[in-house]
Amino acid sequence: MPGTVQSIERAAAILRTLAGGPGRLGLSEIARTLDLAKGTTHGILRTLQLVGFVEQDRNSGQYQLGGALLHLGTSYLDINELRSRSINWADPLAARSGESVRIGTVLEGQVLVVHHVFRPDDTFQTLDVGTLLPLHATALGKVLLAYRAGGVGVPMEIERFTRKTITDPKPLAAALEGVREAGFAMEIEELTLGQAAIAAPIRGYGGLVVGAIGISGPVERLCDSHYRPHPKLITNVRDAARAVSRDLGATR
Amino acid sequence: MTERFVVSIDQGTTSTRCIVFDRRGQLVSLAQQEHKQFFPRPGWVEHDAMEIWRNVERLAPRVLRRAGIGLDQVAALGIANQRETTVLWDASTGVPIGRAIIWQDTRTDALVHELSARPGAKEVEERSGLPLATYFSGPRLMWILEHTPGLRERAERGEVLCGTMETWLIWKLTGGVDGGRHVTDVTNASRTMLLDVRTLRWSRESLDFFGIPAAMLPEVRPSVGVFGTAVAAFPGVRIGAALGDQQAALFGQTCFTPGEAKCTYGTGSFLLLNTGTELVPAQNGLLSTVAYQIAGEPAAYALEGSIAITGSLVQWFRDQLELISSAPEIETLARTVADNGGCYIVPAFSGLYAPYWRSEARGVIVGLTSYITKGHLARAVLEATAWQTREVVDAMNANSGLALRTLKVDGGMTADNLLMQMIANVLDVPLVRPLAVETVSLGAAYGAGLAVGYWPDLDGLRQNWHIAGQWMPAMDPSVRDHEYANWRRAVERTFDWIQPAQ
Repeated sequence: MPGTVQSIERAAAILRTLAGGPGRLGLSEIARTLDLAKGTTHGILRTLQLVGFVEQDRNSGQYQLGGALLHLGTSYLDINELRSRSINWADPLAARSGESVRIGTVLEGQVLVVHHVFRPDDTFQTLDVGTLLPLHATALGKVLLAYRAGGVGVPMEIERFTRKTITDPKPLAAALEGVREAGFAMEIEELTLGQAAIAAPIRGYGGLVVGAIGISGPVERLCDSHYRPHPKLITNVRDAARAVSRDLGATR
Repeated sequence: MTERFVVSIDQGTTSTRCIVFDRRGQLVSLAQQEHKQFFPRPGWVEHDAMEIWRNVERLAPRVLRRAGIGLDQVAALGIANQRETTVLWDASTGVPIGRAIIWQDTRTDALVHELSARPGAKEVEERSGLPLATYFSGPRLMWILEHTPGLRERAERGEVLCGTMETWLIWKLTGGVDGGRHVTDVTNASRTMLLDVRTLRWSRESLDFFGIPAAMLPEVRPSVGVFGTAVAAFPGVRIGAALGDQQAALFGQTCFTPGEAKCTYGTGSFLLLNTGTELVPAQNGLLSTVAYQIAGEPAAYALEGSIAITGSLVQWFRDQLELISSAPEIETLARTVADNGGCYIVPAFSGLYAPYWRSEARGVIVGLTSYITKGHLARAVLEATAWQTREVVDAMNANSGLALRTLKVDGGMTADNLLMQMIANVLDVPLVRPLAVETVSLGAAYGAGLAVGYWPDLDGLRQNWHIAGQWMPAMDPSVRDHEYANWRRAVERTFDWIQPAQ
């Protein structure tokens, strides 16, 4: 059996101390209560603050439990914040791939499009922000399912859109396993005939998947003659996903 | 052959950012560092110029490392900067004299009031294309000279240098006390009130009017052309362009033809319309300003509508009221309600800029009832940006005699979908976002790349411009008219708040 991690034990003790206390507590008070060095305590508090489990009062400098603890089951990242943080990296992806870009998160068992960049050919296109897409029949959705973003699971009712839509649980589970292995998802004519998509996960702190970014377009532009996506496009999508993740505080 | 890139420094009001761009004008890497805002008294805003320079030194290796490139792969360096911010420093030690005074600072309020009654004031406004206001750097420079004992004498002897932020950065980049170049570009110079915007030279008469020794001023140069070679931060790289941030955004949006306009949404928001090589006299509270000058060519001019407070109202909502924890959350909060509930916020924090130019105005929140929630306030915050844009567009249409058909937008606030839809609604024209939000940095990069031949010509740059997003107007005209009337009544309530000292 692997050993335990001391700093996690200490973090838990700090959270219990704050939860049991009368309200806010100062750094030295917390350190004294737990008989920890001030520097150690400060480091743990700052990390807990970063992930939203602890908040610091701006005036007194004292600590209290953070709002994120009350909403552990829901997504921690505001969707407008996600758009704002990814907008700089979605544009280069559209420019390099020549295709339209969408960023999605989970909302009520579907993919919510939170950002959309037009295909850079100056044709008339309409902003898709706010649109809902099926999880199992889109590359964005498969990424979100594969990494259980927002705690989402495979839906009970799987709708068929085309002959290629994966509707059986077993092949779908295998496809999701494939996504986790490859680090990206693809979808070829599973939602709309003639259309394909590639997507990769956007990670926040600790590697938590908070969304997906991907490109979509005609099969003949995204794939070779054997219906395999062009490696260059996969690299473009994964690079963009990594760049957004880095901005959100993911370490890798 | 190894790929080459262009780097830009965007020295902004709240932060400094370095960005590496590729030949398509796409962002390769970005590094950013905020700097401290000093508010020593109400209406005063200052920066530490040395802190900003140290940030540039720190950001340079970071942005290259993130791009995975070396200095030898940087073809040129371009600079865009917050405009009108004024810094003075000792020529022999390189140490700043006091803190830099920021464009939002209103300490020259009384001075400007007094100056506007002096003989020659009309001529100064006429020569510079600008109204006498606290916004511009000339009165600021005069204030510093009057409030620092012995400074004017030292300045006359050439011991003190002054400039806007690009002047400071170029001087530091090219060696500082060891042969640093003391230069500015025409766009930044056109914001001082000291430049004759037609001849593009410092005006002897305007300098006399403000009592500013010519010896302390930088040499005025075209915006696009080699300023020198950096020896610090980016050693060995040629500095190919310097532009005021809003002019840089106009350049980045490739608005090279008369009639093309853009609006950049940042701390403040600024709508610029290219008017070609002829200066169009500004009316209706707009400014005549230099858009850019390519070395060896005549300058291009622009009409500008300046809005002081847009993004900084969201920051105020976040930092001072603490109703949201990050700026993008304003959209989430605003979407919790269907409308403003009858509430309007007019952010005349440092007076009102275009089209009013009222230095004595101060902000108001009107229409408060017990019905109002923080959601309504969040909506009123965003609507303030939309209505201020409408007022500037109305002035622009009246001044140019043309009706705006689409508005090209850029800047960080374009990530706010609700705001973009609101602006399309109140203007009743489509809003178009290009495939590059960071147009300020991009414009500086374009200029620098042009100067060293990295990009061949303006047409080459235009091919990089593509539509990335579009918002279509969708608002009942009667609602629009009613809301606009309410907004204007709210604006009237900000007037005459600050009274001249008795």
